[in-house]
Amino acid sequence: MTQTDRITIFFAWAVGIGCIIFLMLPIVITVATSFTSSAVYTLPPPEWSLRWYKSLERRSGLWDAVQLSLNLALISTAISMVLGTMAAIAVARGDFRGKQAIATFTVSPLMMPGLVVGVAMLQFFREIGLRDAYWSLLLAHVVITLPFVMRTLLASMGAFDFSLIDAARTLGMSYPRAILKVLIPNLAPAYLTGGLFAFLASMDNYPISIFLTDARNKTLPIKMLQYLEEQPDPSLAAMSSGLILMAIVVLVVASRTVGLNRMIDT
Amino acid sequence: MNARSDRIALLAVPGLAFLAVIYALPLLLLLFKSIQGVDGLTLVTYIDFFSDEFNRTVLWRTLRVALLTTLLALVIAYPTAFAMARAKGIWLTVFLVALVLPMSLGVIVKAFAWSILFRSNGFINTTLQTLGITDEPVRMLFTETALVIGAANVFLPFMVLPIYSVIRQLNSSLPEAASSLGATPWFRFTRVTLPLSLPGVVAGSAFTFSLAISMYVIPSLIVGERQQTLSMLIARSFLYLRNEPLGSTISAVLLVIAIFVVLFSSWLAGRLGARQ
Repeated sequence: MTQTDRITIFFAWAVGIGCIIFLMLPIVITVATSFTSSAVYTLPPPEWSLRWYKSLERRSGLWDAVQLSLNLALISTAISMVLGTMAAIAVARGDFRGKQAIATFTVSPLMMPGLVVGVAMLQFFREIGLRDAYWSLLLAHVVITLPFVMRTLLASMGAFDFSLIDAARTLGMSYPRAILKVLIPNLAPAYLTGGLFAFLASMDNYPISIFLTDARNKTLPIKMLQYLEEQPDPSLAAMSSGLILMAIVVLVVASRTVGLNRMIDT
Repeated sequence: MNARSDRIALLAVPGLAFLAVIYALPLLLLLFKSIQGVDGLTLVTYIDFFSDEFNRTVLWRTLRVALLTTLLALVIAYPTAFAMARAKGIWLTVFLVALVLPMSLGVIVKAFAWSILFRSNGFINTTLQTLGITDEPVRMLFTETALVIGAANVFLPFMVLPIYSVIRQLNSSLPEAASSLGATPWFRFTRVTLPLSLPGVVAGSAFTFSLAISMYVIPSLIVGERQQTLSMLIARSFLYLRNEPLGSTISAVLLVIAIFVVLFSSWLAGRLGARQ
């Protein structure tokens, strides 16, 4: 190893460690401010306290927003799993032109501006007479979650040995049953990862949802930004810390079952 | 093509039909309406949009912020991915956690954290003053620099991961082979490592750029109304001004840019793939 190599590697490590600190900074700051006793964001806090966690109980409509967001995220991810599995099998096994186009198209909502998709859906739903906020949100959230599911399923099905399905069929299983009993258990890591990121994307979506909500149906991100505009006190940091804790728990479970390295592979 | 794979192709129909109706059709209608005049097609809404100097400033700011965000993310991500590809054991875990944990957190949480950090009595200013770098608090919140830093932070994992996955798969014996043939380190990097890792760079940059031109939550929390971006103009014209034609025009402009980015990056990725 030459001198230049050593300098390059040292430089890469220095930037890498800086990058870790940079990435963790907002998380650490949020958690630290949530335990402040003061009503403004000073760091380090003058005294530690749980008052902002207690104040969450008094936030009107917070629980409704959490429930709506969980409901939308779970149902839309489940629908995307079904639609995504079928489409990914077609791309992996089918013998037709335009397979690459299908893959690009199903993943493309990831790269489209959220607000624009929201505006377009709002105008479209109005034109076809769909006025119910919950159903509009649910349809939109399937569009939000499907690309995440598709991306992981397309990658993992490309590597799946489909002769296992044929073997199961020879043993007398029907095609749907073979998919359910052989393919899905084999691709469990991909389902877990894709489903996890889809779920989180739905929980987090603001730009599309904002156009489709009404007074009674407000998702968690919309409620959070609304609180932030009305009363920007550290209770928002407490709320965020709750979400951080949830993310950590989910990640620990996911990394135990799938492994962190496999989670980012797909 | 046999009957069996014909039937398998049909499996894609429900998902595609759903996306076609709920996602593609609304976007196409939006684009169509933006060029629909009283009699026939017209570009008058676009001409109106671009003839307003304010709109041009906002468009230019949106592109500039997105470009700077992508560049900053790339500059941090490339060496990081390089170090990550050499990391083992606990260090690899630390890298992976630092990337995956922020990815699983909402953008509101992160943008909000940056708005705390950038306050004049915030963490960064206090640190700068304690270290004696500045005497007075530096105004950071509501500046474009703050926006670029915050946005690069949020999108960084999407830049690191594609580059990491390409560098990791690089055969480490290639640079060594080049070196044993007498290539200088610089030659090795520019002729071997860099070209082979370009697909990852293109994928990460395209994704980061398209997220950055359309971000809404991050600028509204970090720069507020003072420095509008296209997304903020869209939200404002729909949600506050109730000016739907204006909002639709800006949406169409942003959509055209986004589609262009997608097409250009996949063309570039295709060319890189063909060359190798």
